[in-house]
Amino acid sequence: MNPLPLVAVAGSPNAGKSALFNALTGARQKVGNYPGVTVERHSGRLTLADGRPVELVDLPGAYSLEPASPDEAVTRDVLLGKQQGERQPDALVIVLDASNLDNHLRFALQLIELGLPTIIALNMVDLARRDGLELDSQVLSRELGVPVVETVAVRRRGIAELQAAVDDMLSAPLCGVHERVKSDLISLQRRAREIATAAVVSETPVRRWTHRLDAILLHPLLGPIILAAIMFIMFQAVFAWSETPVSWIEEGVAALGGAASNALPPGLLRSLVVDGAIAGVGAVVTFLPQILILFFFILLLEGTGYMVRAAFLMDRLMHGVGLSGRAFIPLLSSFACAVPGIMATRTIDDPKDRLTTILIAPLMTCSARLPVYTLIIAAFIPNTRLSWGVGLQGVVMFGLYITGILGALLAALVLRRGVLKGSGSGFMMELPKYQWPPLKDVVLGILQRAQIFLKRAGTIILGTTVILWALASFPQAKPGQSQVEASIAGKIASGIEVVVKPIGFNRDISLALLPAMAAREVAVSAIATVYSIDSSDEQAAAVKLEDRLKGRWSLATALAFLAWFVFAPQCVSTIAVTRRETNGWKWPLFMVSYLFVLAYVAAGATYWTAVALGL
Amino acid sequence: MNAPFQPDVTSLDRVAVGTKVSIASVDWALLEESEACRLRHFGFDEGVTVEPLHLGPFGRDPIAVRVGRMTVAIRRRHAGAIHVLPIQ
Repeated sequence: MNPLPLVAVAGSPNAGKSALFNALTGARQKVGNYPGVTVERHSGRLTLADGRPVELVDLPGAYSLEPASPDEAVTRDVLLGKQQGERQPDALVIVLDASNLDNHLRFALQLIELGLPTIIALNMVDLARRDGLELDSQVLSRELGVPVVETVAVRRRGIAELQAAVDDMLSAPLCGVHERVKSDLISLQRRAREIATAAVVSETPVRRWTHRLDAILLHPLLGPIILAAIMFIMFQAVFAWSETPVSWIEEGVAALGGAASNALPPGLLRSLVVDGAIAGVGAVVTFLPQILILFFFILLLEGTGYMVRAAFLMDRLMHGVGLSGRAFIPLLSSFACAVPGIMATRTIDDPKDRLTTILIAPLMTCSARLPVYTLIIAAFIPNTRLSWGVGLQGVVMFGLYITGILGALLAALVLRRGVLKGSGSGFMMELPKYQWPPLKDVVLGILQRAQIFLKRAGTIILGTTVILWALASFPQAKPGQSQVEASIAGKIASGIEVVVKPIGFNRDISLALLPAMAAREVAVSAIATVYSIDSSDEQAAAVKLEDRLKGRWSLATALAFLAWFVFAPQCVSTIAVTRRETNGWKWPLFMVSYLFVLAYVAAGATYWTAVALGL
Repeated sequence: MNAPFQPDVTSLDRVAVGTKVSIASVDWALLEESEACRLRHFGFDEGVTVEPLHLGPFGRDPIAVRVGRMTVAIRRRHAGAIHVLPIQ
C-alpha cells in the first residue's frame, strides 16, 4: 500500500502554526516522538474533497533552515528528507504571521526554494489589522509565486479556503524535490523586506495593544507582583478545585476495590488485583485532577503569550544558578507534582538548560510529600506558638520547603559546573503578541497530556506496583508470623536496614521505604500496615499512628526521616516521566542516584546533629 | 574589532528605554554560534533600527528590544555585543 500523501505544516514560532494545525485536523491527532530526540511529532488526518485521506504533520517552529535548536534541526531534516522515521513531505503549508512578514518571509522564501508544492497561510490577519496593518495577499502571492490564503486560525476563519487550496495543490500530480537553489541569508532577508513592503496596502500607526499590556505586565515593580498573584491563584486552584474530583476518584477506586474483592475468591489473585493493581494505580491516578488543572494553567499561560513574560521577569534570578527564565514555570509546577513540571520543560530550547531543570524538578516539594510531612510534624513537633502568632509546626513545614528549594539551586549550580557544563544558548526569545487561545485547543492540549501521563507513566506504574506487591506477598507467612516480615520485601528491608541504620532509621522505616517508591504518600499507609492499624479510614489511622510513632521513634529519627523525604526520589511516576522526556535510562538513573545520595547525606547529617544536641 | 572608533557609537545595553537607534555593527565574536545564529534570525543586522522597550526587574536584565515588527528578549551580555548609532 502506498503511504498517504504527507503535507508538512511549517512556520516560525508564534506564527499560530499549532492553532492552524488543530483547526485543520481537529482532535484526530497522534502525538509521538521523533526517534532519538525529545522532539514531539504531531500528526493528523485531513480528508480531501474526493475522499482521499492525507497525512498532515506539524513541524516544530523554526526561524530558518539553519538550526539553532534541536527542534529546528528536526524541521530541517524532515524538509530535506533526512529525518529518521519520517518520509519526505509531498507538499507544504507555510504559516506566516501577517504582522511580522519581514521576518517570517525569510524562512518562507527558503522553504519555497525547496521546490515542493506550497501554500502560504497568511495567519493572524486580525491581529495585524488591530495594529493598523492592511496587507494585499494577491501581491504577496504574485511576488512569491505560490497561492496565499488569509486565515485567523484561533477563530477558525479561512480554514475552509485553506483546505480547498490544499485540495487543488494535491490534485495536480506530485513530483519530488527539485535541485535545491540555495540563497544566502542576507539576500533572502533583503528580498523578504522588499516583498513585505510591497504587500502593505496601508499602515496606520496605532499604539499597539501588546505594548500597552507589556508596560504593565513587564513593569519592574508591578510585573513581579502580578506574576506572584497569578502563581498564587494557580496554586489555590490546583489544590481547591481538585478536592472534589480527587474524592470522586478515591471513592471510585475504593468501590472498584470492593467490587473486585467481592467478585474474586480470597487468595493470591484477589490480593494481586485489589492490593496490587487497583490500590497502586489508584494512588497515582488520584493526582490526575491536580495535574490536569496545572496543565490548564500552563497551556493558558502559554497560549496567551504570558509564559514568555514570566520567563522574562524571572530570567535574571534563574540565570544566577545557570538556568534560564524558561525554567521558572516548570519548577513552580513541580510544587504540585514533578510529573507535569518535567513535561512542561519542553518549552526550554536549550538541551542542557532543559536537562538541568528536569534533574532538579523532583526537589521542589510536591503535594505527595505533604501527608508524610504532616504526619511526622504532628507527631514530633510540639504545637507551640512562637512570637507574632507563628507556630513552630508551620516553621518546620516552611523549612522543609526552603530546604528543597535551596537543594535544587545548589544542585543546579553543581550540575552546570560538572556534568552539564557549558553556557546554554542564553536567553533569547520572541515576546509574541498577546492573544486569547481557543478553549478547544487548550482542552485538546490537556487531553493529550492526560493521555501521555496515563498511558506511558501508567504502564510503568502498574508494572512497578505489581512487582512491589509480589515482593510483599511472597513467600507467604506462616500462621502467627507477620506477612511483611516474612516476605521478600521484609528480607530486602533487612538489607536496607543495614544501610540506613547509620542515619538513624529503624526497621519500620526500612519496611516503608520500598512500597513508598510507588508514591511518596504510600509511606504513611505502609508504616500504618507495619503497626497493623486498619488504615481504611486514613485520618483516623493517621491520628492513631501519631501516638504509636511518638513511643517508638526518637525525635532525631523523625527529623532524619523528614530530611530524607525532602531529597529522596521516592516516586516511580517521576522516574518514568524522566525516562520518557530524556529518551533513555541514563538520566533517570543519574537523577535517582544523585537524589538518593543527597537524601542519605541530609538524613545522616540531621540525625547526628540532633543526637549531638541531645534531642 | 569590528567597530571602528566613533564617538557616537555605543552598545545596545547602554541605550535608554524608548530610544530608537541604528545598529552600526555586531561583534559576532563575543557571541556563541547558536546565539549569533538566533540574533540573525530575529533580524539583528547592520543598519536595522532597534529600540529597547522593557528591562527585567532584577539587574535590568534581560532587555526586551523591538526589532522590525518583533519584540525580542535578549540578555544584557548579548546587547553589549551590539554596537549602535543614534538616529538623527
